[in-house]
Amino acid sequence: MIAARDVAEDTDSTGAENVATVLSVEALGISVRTEAGLQPLVSDMGFALRRGETLAIAGESGSGKSITALAIMGLLPAPAVRVTGGRIRLGETDLTTLGERALQTVRGNRIAMIFQEPMTSLNPVMTIGTQLIEAIEAHDPLPRVEARTRAIAALQAVRLSEPERRLGQYPDELSGGMRQRVMIAMAIALRPDVLIADEPTTALDVTVQREVLDLLRRLQRDLGTAIILITHDMGVVAEMADRVLILRDGRIVEEAPVARLFESPRAAYTRELLNAVPRIGSGAVQTARARPTGMPVARVQDLSVAFDLRGGIFGRVTHRVHAVEGVSFEIHPGETFALVGESGSGKSTIARALVGLVPFSGSVEIAGQRLGAGRHALRAVRRAAQLIFQDPKAALDPRMRVGDLVAEPLVIHGIGTPAERRGRVANLFERVGLAPADADRFPHEFSGGQRQRICIARALALEPRLIIADESVSALDVSVQARVLDLLRGLKDDFGVAYLFISHDMAVVENIADRVAVMYLGQIVETGSRDQIFRDPRHSYTRRLIEAVPIPDPTHVRQPVDRPPSEIPSPVRRIGDPPNRRSLISVGHGHLVAE
Amino acid sequence: MTNASLSEGAARRSVIARLIRRPTAVFGFSLIVIAVAAAILAPVISPYAPDAQHFDGLTIEGAPLPPGGAYPLGTDLLGRDLLTRIIHGARTSLVIGLAANGLALLIGTLVGVTAGYFRGWTGAVLMRFTDLMMAFPALLLAICLAAIFQPSLWIVALVIALVNWVQTSRILYTETTSLTEREFIAAERAIGAGHGRILFRHILPHLLPTIIVWGTLGISTTVLLEATLSYLGIGVQPPMPSWGNIIFENQTYFQAAPWLVFFPGAAIVLLALSFNLVGDALRDELDPTQRGRD
Repeated sequence: MIAARDVAEDTDSTGAENVATVLSVEALGISVRTEAGLQPLVSDMGFALRRGETLAIAGESGSGKSITALAIMGLLPAPAVRVTGGRIRLGETDLTTLGERALQTVRGNRIAMIFQEPMTSLNPVMTIGTQLIEAIEAHDPLPRVEARTRAIAALQAVRLSEPERRLGQYPDELSGGMRQRVMIAMAIALRPDVLIADEPTTALDVTVQREVLDLLRRLQRDLGTAIILITHDMGVVAEMADRVLILRDGRIVEEAPVARLFESPRAAYTRELLNAVPRIGSGAVQTARARPTGMPVARVQDLSVAFDLRGGIFGRVTHRVHAVEGVSFEIHPGETFALVGESGSGKSTIARALVGLVPFSGSVEIAGQRLGAGRHALRAVRRAAQLIFQDPKAALDPRMRVGDLVAEPLVIHGIGTPAERRGRVANLFERVGLAPADADRFPHEFSGGQRQRICIARALALEPRLIIADESVSALDVSVQARVLDLLRGLKDDFGVAYLFISHDMAVVENIADRVAVMYLGQIVETGSRDQIFRDPRHSYTRRLIEAVPIPDPTHVRQPVDRPPSEIPSPVRRIGDPPNRRSLISVGHGHLVAE
Repeated sequence: MTNASLSEGAARRSVIARLIRRPTAVFGFSLIVIAVAAAILAPVISPYAPDAQHFDGLTIEGAPLPPGGAYPLGTDLLGRDLLTRIIHGARTSLVIGLAANGLALLIGTLVGVTAGYFRGWTGAVLMRFTDLMMAFPALLLAICLAAIFQPSLWIVALVIALVNWVQTSRILYTETTSLTEREFIAAERAIGAGHGRILFRHILPHLLPTIIVWGTLGISTTVLLEATLSYLGIGVQPPMPSWGNIIFENQTYFQAAPWLVFFPGAAIVLLALSFNLVGDALRDELDPTQRGRD
């Protein structure tokens, strides 16, 4: 695609430090075998990693960043995917020529890797201790007692509380952040020369991400490990990296020291990528809207959702998950109301309750119809409010043509003749930026962003009053995300629809929301206009959330806080021990804060 | 709807067109056609009457004749022409294989999908009943049922169906419960789709591959179960031939007259194989995500 390597290079701005190169990749090519012959996944990849440095490999999905990491580890899914050229040199050894046996001594020992999803990388039926000690013993034949001491030291290094007790625990007894710490402990236990972190914080909440990033940085300072950080998040790049490789379609588009990259990106693609990144504080200046006086589209009062947990031999209800606890809000026509919070805060449960997918107590009124007032009202609500899910692939029936999927809401609610419906589907396809001819294809033939457009078209089919977007842009690449957000904004103006926008991403929320509610453990802790929340956050949790967001600006200095892992307290409580309801106090102009 | 149904028709035609391009499917399909044709035309194409005992069909010592001569596949212990009996046996075996198996699939799907989709009390009662049926020895159950009803071809088919639905229902139950949890089902409910639409438009199409595989696998088991029942005297009553009872009548003479077991056995295997091949091809072609894989 790119004829000559129009790679903007200025690697040696930090001086000639080639002496300390620990890992070098030269002209690496990786291909996958398909029916149509060998398809290149990565071509002409080259970089040098120096001791103690963090090299970020950034790019959108399909750019070849994870495949490169797997190639370095010798973990490519052979025989379908394999290295077709080039060298990977660790010190003096060329890893591409090593056999599996020799690679095993390199893996973990000299190069370690941490993956995105800590739960799937840990064996759920073995204790943390067994897994850690096994990893140590595999490379270092130590007496058991000594290996155990090393394991405890590694857990201390990653700041896990009570390391001795952790050794006896199973992975599912730990939270996501703690599991990722265990993975890091495993990776550093043998003091590898190179640590490859593949999207290490993508599956974590922002406040936990903050802690893990701080931890990685501190470990690097102490141990001098070279880190290859693979990420799609330019904020993480800005905070962590010394040098950055920008990848696209398996090729290096730009290589630069981090400050230079953000200050004056040379490649057009890098500029595009950086422009698409949502930034806090870049949201359009809010026009002071008169508070709408009309009937709210949605009125939620004292909404609670609880799930019973059964235990004991008689299967009695012993505990209850208080997913949502006494939440009230209103959404006005044409308004975007955002719910933000970390995982387990109950925001998705609210989305499901609003369309009658989970039983609840309290009152929900949408477009004048009270949910729970019989089948007729439920049907009316399901026409007036539409839900868009996070993962469009999971939300579309893979066996139906997308045209039928978009027409389905019309069929269900008996709207129009078949010919009218087809016309409407064609219009909707055009409106969301797809070709009407695409209607005959199946969901798997589209990309992630296109699939989300199909879901949006489906949601618009009934001309709803309210669209509930549950993390609807979270799974998309930044450039795609920016375009989908633009689309959602445009639709709001055209159709006069109101949004309930649910997200964990503070930057995205700041860009799209008119009003915001911050949720913590099933309750709203602060609510107000976007400016009130982001310019004048009053609750300590809101402040922590905003501060935790990585900022795509390498000049932004942040004091690393060396915190032990903080845990979000559990919403699971014993029967007869309900959580305390927080009461909201007004601090003026509709800005409410929990005590 | 005209345009939509046109394109629907075109899609279905192209499924057939694509099936034709699979040699294994064509092979299986041809064998099925031959078996069905043989069954329908049995009186016309078979060289003799099915229960005619031929005087020259036995050796002087009274042993059956090996294949060749006037009896292309040999004769059985009573001097009857084996080819004729296999052709007539195709009638019984196809009825059992298709009707009994079809009925078993229908009951199994109904019970499994209902239990898996609605769960709760309905599901618990249905599945405990299924477990009970599964724990009960199938053959014993078949014997009991056959003893209650008067043995005839259709009763035997019914009995086999009542024994064989259990596995299908169990498997479809598990699949339905996991399908029901999938997000696109929640999405359907959120736009107001009723149970009927979700079950028939969104759940059943996903179960189709499993149903097809179990259906084709079930053909050989049902044909053999019929043989077992015949052997116990509660299946198809002699002298009416079925592939199963030809094998069982003659199995003790396997060493002396192996053709008596080999030919009907080969017929069962080939029929089962044909249905399997066609079923596999159909399963792949009906799945839009698999299309164009090979």
